[in-house]
Amino acid sequence: MKMLKEVESMGEKKPKNKFKLNKMPFSKSVMAALIIIIGVVLLALMILASISMGESRTSFSTIITSLFHYNSENMVHQYIREIRLPRALAAVFVGIFLAISGSIMQGMTRNPLADPSIMGVMGGAELAIACVFAFFPGTSYLFLLFASFVGAGMSAIIVFSIGSWTKGGLTPVKLALAGTAIGTMLGALSTTIAIRFNVARDLSFWYAGGVVGTKWSSIPFLMIVAIIGIFMAIAISKRINVLSMGEDIALGLGINVFWTKLLGALVVVILTGASVSIAGMIGFIGLIIPHITRFIVGSNYRLIIPCSGILGGLLLITADMLSRMINPPYETPVGAITSLIGVPFFLYLARREGRGMI
Amino acid sequence: MKKRLILIFITLFLLLIAVFFINLSLGTISISPKAVIATLAGFGTKQEDIVLFSFRLPRIVIALLIGIGLAISGTILQGITNNDLADPGILGINTGAGLSVVMFIFFSENTVVNSFSTFLMPLAAFVGALVAMFLIYFLAWKNGITPKRLILVGIGINSAFSAILIIFQLKMTNQSFSQVITWLSGDLWGTNWGFVVAILPWIILLGSFVWIKGRSLNIMRLGDEIAVGMGLKLERERRILLFTAAALAGACVAFGGGLAFIGLIAPHLARRIVGPLHQIMLPAAALIGALILLVGDTISRNFFGPSEIPVGLIVSIIGAPYFVYLLIKTA
Repeated sequence: MKMLKEVESMGEKKPKNKFKLNKMPFSKSVMAALIIIIGVVLLALMILASISMGESRTSFSTIITSLFHYNSENMVHQYIREIRLPRALAAVFVGIFLAISGSIMQGMTRNPLADPSIMGVMGGAELAIACVFAFFPGTSYLFLLFASFVGAGMSAIIVFSIGSWTKGGLTPVKLALAGTAIGTMLGALSTTIAIRFNVARDLSFWYAGGVVGTKWSSIPFLMIVAIIGIFMAIAISKRINVLSMGEDIALGLGINVFWTKLLGALVVVILTGASVSIAGMIGFIGLIIPHITRFIVGSNYRLIIPCSGILGGLLLITADMLSRMINPPYETPVGAITSLIGVPFFLYLARREGRGMI
Repeated sequence: MKKRLILIFITLFLLLIAVFFINLSLGTISISPKAVIATLAGFGTKQEDIVLFSFRLPRIVIALLIGIGLAISGTILQGITNNDLADPGILGINTGAGLSVVMFIFFSENTVVNSFSTFLMPLAAFVGALVAMFLIYFLAWKNGITPKRLILVGIGINSAFSAILIIFQLKMTNQSFSQVITWLSGDLWGTNWGFVVAILPWIILLGSFVWIKGRSLNIMRLGDEIAVGMGLKLERERRILLFTAAALAGACVAFGGGLAFIGLIAPHLARRIVGPLHQIMLPAAALIGALILLVGDTISRNFFGPSEIPVGLIVSIIGAPYFVYLLIKTA
């Protein structure tokens, strides 16, 4: 890591390499900056809009006062603090987490099919939730959150160890295969439990539930995950750049491939585990947002990781608002909406000869 | 090498026969293997005759055919796309069938149509699979098909279909919901001789056709440039094989629901056991697929009573560890 930094800082000083830097598509980094600046402003606006939306429309001034001059006896303030604000924040966080972990997965495995679910994370969380529903009905929200986070982590550890035990080491294809196999197995186990104990419908509602019912008590958890996960993701983005050129090149450049992968996997597990435990299965963002981002800002993961995060957050909070608008008072599953928004765009990109897709 | 191959095939075949007899003899009314043979030869009691010929035998034959069909379909898709993760599930063929069935169940709830569901559901699944394949092919077509575009479009269609599927699923009544869950997990139903007659020629004809095309599949694995350089009519071969794969998967999905996992692992297992040559690998994959599904069916019918666990779940639970074991052992 240190060596890399030195190499890079050397490069910046030498005029020869400066020439190379100028030759890089300048517009892509401008695009990245634009995405980040406009994206953050849009995110703030969307959070406000999301809070104001509902059966009783709330004015922006009420929202601002409830945020900064919170009055615990005011019903509207309570409602905003306890129900609407956590929901909006959770949507943004989960969108960011999923998009970033998807970018890391695709960069590490160099497979356009890779998304966070490939680590088997979803299967582990689902199994944990199925067990809680079947054997400890009526447990608290925080325990459910904790259980699914642990389940997600366990399954990822299994997948990663299997991937690294194999002869010939941890190749991307093997990681993906191990993840798919373990994920399918854990998913099958949880469906089996769900059918036997008659909780299949509850389980489906849980993993299609999105950020509905997120409580204020889970926001600190999301904050911690965000700080650790995003920081680590940005810290390893340079290594992922090298890794995405191929393992031989990475080895040749003196990168410790195993540690990079382990760190990458750790970030993915933390971020995806948190998203799954808050919002259930919203698989599409982790797959498609990285492709879209790569299309806009190019293949530099130092740009891809922050930009994909912002786009992911925007997509999920928009989808969450749509899920309340389509068929009120019922809510349409938010994962379904993210897919239906993303698919046409994705197909359009795919038809452009897969340009910009790895 | 040749001796080893023959040995492998004989072992697989014997295993299949063993599981076949075990499956026939186990059940609510157990019949000893000896009695099974006697009954098959025509010397059974009336009760044994009914149990074997009307219930267990058609179910087993269907299981065998579905295992074979899915394995071949998966082999083709992995060959065409040159991607080890491809299977009828990831390309949206299964989801197409699933969506079609879910919509059928949703709209036929409490209508007259529902009483014909035994015959209409397989049809709905088959049509759904083919529609999905046409849609994917149509959207991926642009002066020809490239494997990458095919996979990407497949993923897109797959997610769109699953999205619509979950919307319908959550709107269903409790009873239809469990029907759908069972279907999506993969379950053998419609096990009577009429369905066997419907699926048998289909699997045999398409299966042997693919085997003849084994050489093309071998060449495709080498990459597009080399394939064209070797004089392969790449576009045409790819189209033919793709729709063969969809037709096979569609037929299997029609009678077995979402059993996609067999299509993913059977080709891998075969490749790791007998090597990558399709002429040898295809029959091996077919045998392995049939074996996996038969073992799964035996377990799901006998060890989880009274409520049957869908065979697809058993297949995933027992198939995955073995798959992982092979993954660890072979380079």
